Order: sequence, then structure tokens, then C-alpha cells
Amino acid sequence: MASAKSSKRRQAFAATVRSLMWKLLAVWLIVSFGFGILLVEPLNEYRLGGYKLGFWFAQQGSIFVFIALIFYFSAAMTRFEKRYSEQDDSEAEK
Amino acid sequence: MSLTVLTYIVVGFTFAVYIAIAIATRASSTKDFYVADGGVNPIANGMATAADWMSAASFISMAGLIALSYNGYGGSVFLMGWTGGYVLLALLIAPYLRKYGKYTVPDFIGERYYSDTARVVAVICLVLCSVTYVIGQMKGVGVAFSRFLETDYETGLGIGMFIVFFYAVVGGMKGITYTQIAQYVVLITAYTIPAIFISLQLTGNPLPQLGLGSTLVGTDVYLLDKLDLILVDLGFQEYTTTLRGSTLNMLAFTASLMIGTAGLPHVIIRFFTVPSVAAARRSAGWALVFIAILYTTAPAIAAMARLNIIDTMWSSEAEALLIEDKPGWFENWEQTGLLKVEDLNGDGRIQYTADPDTNELTKLDNDILVLANPEIAQLPNWVIALVAAGGLAAALSTAAGLLLAISSAISHDLLKSTYMPSISDKAELRASRIAMAAAVLGAGYLGLNPPGFAAGTVALAFGLAASSLFPALLMGIFARGVNREGAVAGMLAGISVTLLYVFQHKGIMFIPGTSFLGDMSPNWFFGIEPNAFGVVGAIMNFIVALTVSRVTAPPPQEVEDLLDFLHEPAAAKSASGN
Repeated sequence: MASAKSSKRRQAFAATVRSLMWKLLAVWLIVSFGFGILLVEPLNEYRLGGYKLGFWFAQQGSIFVFIALIFYFSAAMTRFEKRYSEQDDSEAEK
Repeated sequence: MSLTVLTYIVVGFTFAVYIAIAIATRASSTKDFYVADGGVNPIANGMATAADWMSAASFISMAGLIALSYNGYGGSVFLMGWTGGYVLLALLIAPYLRKYGKYTVPDFIGERYYSDTARVVAVICLVLCSVTYVIGQMKGVGVAFSRFLETDYETGLGIGMFIVFFYAVVGGMKGITYTQIAQYVVLITAYTIPAIFISLQLTGNPLPQLGLGSTLVGTDVYLLDKLDLILVDLGFQEYTTTLRGSTLNMLAFTASLMIGTAGLPHVIIRFFTVPSVAAARRSAGWALVFIAILYTTAPAIAAMARLNIIDTMWSSEAEALLIEDKPGWFENWEQTGLLKVEDLNGDGRIQYTADPDTNELTKLDNDILVLANPEIAQLPNWVIALVAAGGLAAALSTAAGLLLAISSAISHDLLKSTYMPSISDKAELRASRIAMAAAVLGAGYLGLNPPGFAAGTVALAFGLAASSLFPALLMGIFARGVNREGAVAGMLAGISVTLLYVFQHKGIMFIPGTSFLGDMSPNWFFGIEPNAFGVVGAIMNFIVALTVSRVTAPPPQEVEDLLDFLHEPAAAKSASGN
């Protein structure tokens, strides 16, 4: 387990996790601080039914996006971990 | 049947259920007591987390805060802040601390920063922010009792203390978890039923989230457009666009609430109760789903109730309400002091306007919006009784979670890990029950004295968690170079800056007259209000911790190993995680 190869794979795993994390945090930042606050005025020019779009993001949309982000993260991490442990098994067989 | 009798029956029934659950699931070991034996299903834990999280402030006050104090759009800071924190929690904090696999937050800080001092400082920060928070809940219980059950505030507080005391002390985390699930069901039912009725009445759409974006029944005017229009007519600002303070203040406020959420110990420890790291991640998603049901309904209640109130005050011919035509709910709530009118110009009518010189609706408390909602919409009495039970469920579930965080920090982190390492499992369990009893009494006392304290507490708790615990945890997990000295200095700097800023503007312990700069917005740092200051404290914490770590000795090898372990992929096959 502690071989040079497995530590390399572990680093690769950490890098994959980190890049996913940054991407999801960027979306989190954009929908809340971006769409909900900084860009609220230009977005309010558009409408979603009776909602001004910026107002909708601030009071509804951002929350839906947050939920999607967490479930996406959870599913992706489970996939990464499964792939990692499968690689582990195939290495053990060699 | 009178409303009071009906309320007693509904509230009494829910209390009996909570106590029965606590007895059936009572804790018998320290692991049961602290983390419910680590065997809670992730969806069930999500529901318990939602009840733990949504306090009397979310249930009773938030919709009113949005609609009245923050005039609509400005209130978005609460909606985004109190939900967005879960993204941080799920991505950055909860899975790693679950992997660590111990019982408490100071446990992790003590080991990661290889220091009893760091652990004790973390316990102090935890106790400060949890005690301030629990006081707010005790006040909520007292208020709900005094309004709906016609007791006085002190009696209500006493009954609330007794109930929480009983089921939290007996049941421990295991009892609390299952009680919270029941409390979630009660509170979410109580919150959504009136909202669905109102949305149907106003827009014909049963889903409040869609109703808020729909047209009013029998017209082609959108509800929000109508609200903007009539508020401007009365001299108020537009509902959908008015900022709270400045854009910078809204950014800071939202950020403070988000990182405060991700640093609140009573929420974090809920993720120690699930069986694996993967379950902790999934559970955070479910928690947010259950929270979002209330949080996306709240803005609809806010706008719709505001519209209903204005419709009551002004006829369609722009005539103000005649005093003798006041509806029944108006008088009920005048008696509680939450609603006051004064016929200033003596014309026998109540003019509701934005101008304080001519406005005759002289008091319209935020809490009215949710509490009087069923009466304003003319819903049956059982709905009103349900709202009372829901408000109490929200307050009690949060109080119980907070008490558990406090007692485990004292019995486990202070006694077992720091000062009395030889203490037996049984004695530790007894110590945590005694600590919890002391915390209930202390919180009850502070719920009464000093009088102004309870009102300011919830916002302060977030500022404290944001500025002390969140940065210590985040750096503990991701910044390998941060050492013992850095973490301790950072936590102390963050919490001092935040406390100082809040007290200097709001008064020491919120006692009026002791503020040394005055609660005046011109004195605010870049226009940031005290409640939004946690993020500045957190930035201070990061800067101090990173600087101090650079000039002192790096962390030892054990910390490297611990971090390697935390970041190592969780085993996909075995469900038990660690």
C-alpha cells in the first residue's frame, strides 16, 4: 500500500477532489454573491414569471442550486472513491 | 372548543410524544449519549439536522424580518446565508470531521493542533456561541407560551426549561435525534399549511414558491408587482429591489451567516452520528432539502402576509381602515403588545404609511407575520394551535442540540481529554448529564436577565462561530502549515474582534447605555452592521493564524499523518467508513 505508485495515485485522487471542490465552490459563489447580490440589478431586467430574475436567485434559485451542488458532490466523490479502490484491487492482483 | 383549550391539547400531545421518544431511545453509553452510537440513517439524520438547525428565529421571526425590517429583497441575506453555509459544511468540513471519527469539535482541534490549550480555547468559543444561542431559544419558548397558552413569560420559560431538561438529559444524542425527527414533522407541517392556504387564496396556486411568482386571482397583475406598486404608493421603498444598507453590507452579512452556519458545533456534531463518510456527505444534502422546504416558503409568506396586511389597512378605494371595523385578530394581537395603533389625526381611521409622523399603525412586530398569519387569512383554529406547537418544536429541538454540544464539550473535552483522563465511562456520562443540567439553568437565568440580552443573541452566536471555530476547522483540515501557536492566536483574535465590535455598538452584554461608540451607522466599519461582522473577525483569524504559524515551529509529524488519514479516500466497499 505504501509503495511509491500508490502514493502517486493518492496524490492524483487528492488533485481530482480538489479540482471538483473549486469548481463547485465557484458555482456556489456565482449564484449567491454573484447573481443574488452583485449582479442583481442587471438580472432584474429579465423575468421568471412574476419574479424579477435577480430577486428570484436571491430568494429561491440560489437555494435550489445549493442542494444540487451537495448531491452532485456526494455522488461524484462516491464515484471517485469507487474507482480508486478498484484500481487498488487490480494492483493487488498483479 | 376555545382556542386556548385546543392549543393546550395540541401542544400537550406533541410534548407527550417527545418525552415518550426520549424514554424509548434513552442513551446508555457515552457513545450513545454523544453520537447516538454512530448508527443514524443519513436521511433521518438530515431531518434531525434540519430541526436542530431551524430555531425559533427561523420559524417565528424570519418571514417577518424579511417582509418588515429588511423590506423584501434585503432579507435575502438570511435566505442565502442560512442555506449556503451547508455547501461549505458538506464540501469542506463534515466529511473530514466524520472521517476523524471522534465525538466533538474541540476533540479535533485539540488533536490537530497537538495542544490542550487549543482544545480549551475551542471549548470556550463553543460554550460562548452555544450558550448565547440557547438563550435565544429559551426566550422563544417563553414568548410562544405566553402568547398562545396565556401564561406569563417566566412560567412559559420554566415549562420550556423543564421539557428540554427532561428529554435532553435522559435521551442524550440518541433521544435527541429521534425527538428532532418528530419535531421536524410538527414544525414543517405547521409552517407550510398556512402558507399553502394563503397562496391559494391570493394566487390560486397551492405551492407558495410558485404562487409568489404568479398573478393575483382574477387579475393579470403579478403579486410582486402589485406589492411594489402599493408600497411605493404608501411611501415605502420597493419590495423587490431595496438593499439592506449597502451592497458591501449584504455581501458581508451573507458571508458571515454562511461561515457561521458551517462553524456551529451543534450542527457539525450531527454529522458524527451517521455510519460513514459517504453518509455524512449525503446527509448534508438531505438536511438542506428539509431546510429548503421552510426557507423557500418563508419569502412567500413574507410577501403575501405583507400584502394581506396592507389590504386590511387600506380599502380598494384608498380609504384607511375605520377603527370600529378592525378585524378580530387585530384586537387579539393588540393585547399582546405586538401590534399598536394610535389615531394621531383623530379621524377615526388608521392610516398605515411609511412616514413616522403620520403613520398610525405605530407598532407592527416582525413576529406577527408568522404567528398571526392563520388568523389574518381566516384559517380554522386548529391551524393556529398547530403554529403554536410548531414554534415550540423549533425552539425545543434547537435548544436540545445546543445543550448536547455544550455538555459534551465540558464532560468529554474538559474532563476526559484534559483534566481528568482517568475518569470512567460511567462517571463521564454522569458528568455530561450534570453539565447539561447546569447549562439549562444558566440559559434559563440569562433568558430573564439582563432583559435586552436574549434579543441580540442569535446573531451574536453566528458571529462568534464564524470568527473562531470555522477558520480553525478549515485551516485544520486544509492548511498543513498552521500550527498550535497560530491556531490559538487566530481563534482569540477572531473572537475578540467580533465581540468588541458587537459590544461597542450594541452595549456590553446588550445593556443599553454601555455601548462606547453608540449604535450609529456612521460609526460602522465600512458601513458593515454589527450582525454582519463575523466575516471580518474570520479574516482576522486567518491572517493572525497564518502569520504566527510562519514565525513559529512547524507542526510535528503526527499532524502530517493525521492529515494524510483525513484526505485519504474513504473505502468504497465497507460502509463503516473508518
